[in-house]
Amino acid sequence: MTMPLTKNAISVSPLDDADEIFHRRRTPLAVKYRTQIRAFFAAILPPIITCAVILLVWQIICARPNSALPSPARIWTEANDLILHPFFVNGPQDIGLGWRVLTSLQRVAVGFGLASVAGVIVGAFVGQAQWAARGLDPIFQVLRTVPPLAWLPISLAAFGDSRPSAIFVIFITAIWPIIINTSVGVRNIPQDYRNVAAVLRLNALEFFYRIVAPSAAPYIFTGLRIGVGLSWLAIVAAEMLTGGVGIGFFIWDAWNSSRLPDIFVALLYIGLTGFFLDRLIGFIGALVTRGAQPN
Amino acid sequence: MSSFLKIENVDKIFTRGSATTKVLENINLRVEKGQFVSIIGHSGCGKSTLLNIVAGLLTATSGGVILEEREVNEPGPDRAVVFQNHSLLPWLSSYENVRLAVNKVFRKTETRVKRHERTMRMLDLVQMTHAKDKRPGEISGGMKQRVGIARALAMEPKVLLLDEPFGALDALTRAHLQDQVMALQAKLGATVIMITHDVDEAVLLSDRIVMMTNGPRATIGEVLPVPLARPRDRIQLAVDPVYLECRRSVLQFLYERHSYVEAA
Ligand SMILES: Nc1ncnc2c1ncn2[C@@H]1O[C@H](COP(=O)(O)OP(=O)(O)OP(=O)(O)O)[C@@H](O)[C@H]1O
Ligand SMILES: [Mg+2]
Repeated sequence: MTMPLTKNAISVSPLDDADEIFHRRRTPLAVKYRTQIRAFFAAILPPIITCAVILLVWQIICARPNSALPSPARIWTEANDLILHPFFVNGPQDIGLGWRVLTSLQRVAVGFGLASVAGVIVGAFVGQAQWAARGLDPIFQVLRTVPPLAWLPISLAAFGDSRPSAIFVIFITAIWPIIINTSVGVRNIPQDYRNVAAVLRLNALEFFYRIVAPSAAPYIFTGLRIGVGLSWLAIVAAEMLTGGVGIGFFIWDAWNSSRLPDIFVALLYIGLTGFFLDRLIGFIGALVTRGAQPN
Repeated sequence: MSSFLKIENVDKIFTRGSATTKVLENINLRVEKGQFVSIIGHSGCGKSTLLNIVAGLLTATSGGVILEEREVNEPGPDRAVVFQNHSLLPWLSSYENVRLAVNKVFRKTETRVKRHERTMRMLDLVQMTHAKDKRPGEISGGMKQRVGIARALAMEPKVLLLDEPFGALDALTRAHLQDQVMALQAKLGATVIMITHDVDEAVLLSDRIVMMTNGPRATIGEVLPVPLARPRDRIQLAVDPVYLECRRSVLQFLYERHSYVEAA
């Protein structure tokens, strides 16, 4: 935007200048961001409206005083402290839901972290060696369908303690999709890249981080994403049985002392955390696999 | 007589389940040091298969390849390959693709600085320094092929193996790269085996043209020496009687005596 010279020449007071700058800025900003603002509302309005409708219907259905499930309004009046203060500490067993989620996340981090490392290594091996794929694939396909909690008695028997048992359940739940996806990714490495590696005489380690990891990364991250979702499903269920201060045990505890509204709030926390975990792995995956598309 | 590179009685049989195909039969070829040899033949006759056997990526069913009195039976940087479809690693930049090769071959003998300089020199040789930080997905087909050539040359191979290096390129880019490869070969004195479909390309670049019969059971039908002085100029050659005669013999071989048979 160009300023007329004459205007510049007669503007003497600094106030005039400030006014001029203000006007110069304001118009382009509004124009510049109009499409972004519109896109923002287009993205944010539908979820807000659907949530409002669901809450309203729920409120209407559960509004009777003798209804079995609490209405949103009752949840708010009885449990709003859990929503508003996620990080209070009133004693070793009486802590905010934020802390409980973090405790559970910590277990997931250990179990899922171990599963990622082991899963990618085993998956790479299985994808690389044909006989290993033939021998192990059916086993993986069967074990993958075992529900997480079915592993719990076995791991309690093996570890004797509830904490490592919960972590083991995470590990064993998350590892199958990681192994299976990694091995598919490794099997799908184009022969061209293998030829390049062969001509350059890359050793096993170089082959892994120069060729296997980048080429199979999209598959690996699909596996990790499925794995982290399963981990989160499993930890909540496992904690219900093993106790402790995690979010899963909180639900069990609330059920035993008939605090239904608390359970609803906990569900909200669990859902949001699971969503966040999924997006986090997806985001890291997108960052890492930026260049891995074939060309 | 001992030659630099010898291909001796090579047969190749592919087996898939119970079905077997004899793709190559009794291939014999000798290549002298510094020579530029083209292999020409119809699509699917087994040119890539033969080149991959020389590269060590495939093993011959019988017979073998001898380079400087040593039998080759595994791939290595002494026989660098420029692949039919460039095969750059898409997650590495042009520089990193070449550098990977330089690092593998010269890690023990050269310092980091020397290796960087060597990488830059190779990119400069193919005039690709300007796009050194671009990934293969961000550069054109001709540029990718040039980086592929730089990567192969960077290994300082004893033999450079080119599998239809210019196959997927337009005529102008192709002519430009052919000139560059000729200049590079004159400068480095490299021994080159190149596969091609293109008769003009074969005559322009080669000292000898190896013509393959149709598959299956393809073998070497004829070897034509190209007695043209270097450096060669494509415009002058267009009216050179020796050039035209060579071109005619190759065309005659390909289209009269061994014309392409559908589903041979
Ligand atoms: N791994 C394989 N298994 C079975 N048959 C194969 C295999 N690789 C190649 N062939 C067959 O061998 C023959 C020669 O293939 P090759 O790729 O060497 O041909 P080419 O001369 O390079 O063809 P083009 O000029 O089209 O690249 C083809 O008929 C092909 O089907
Ligand atoms: Mg081929």
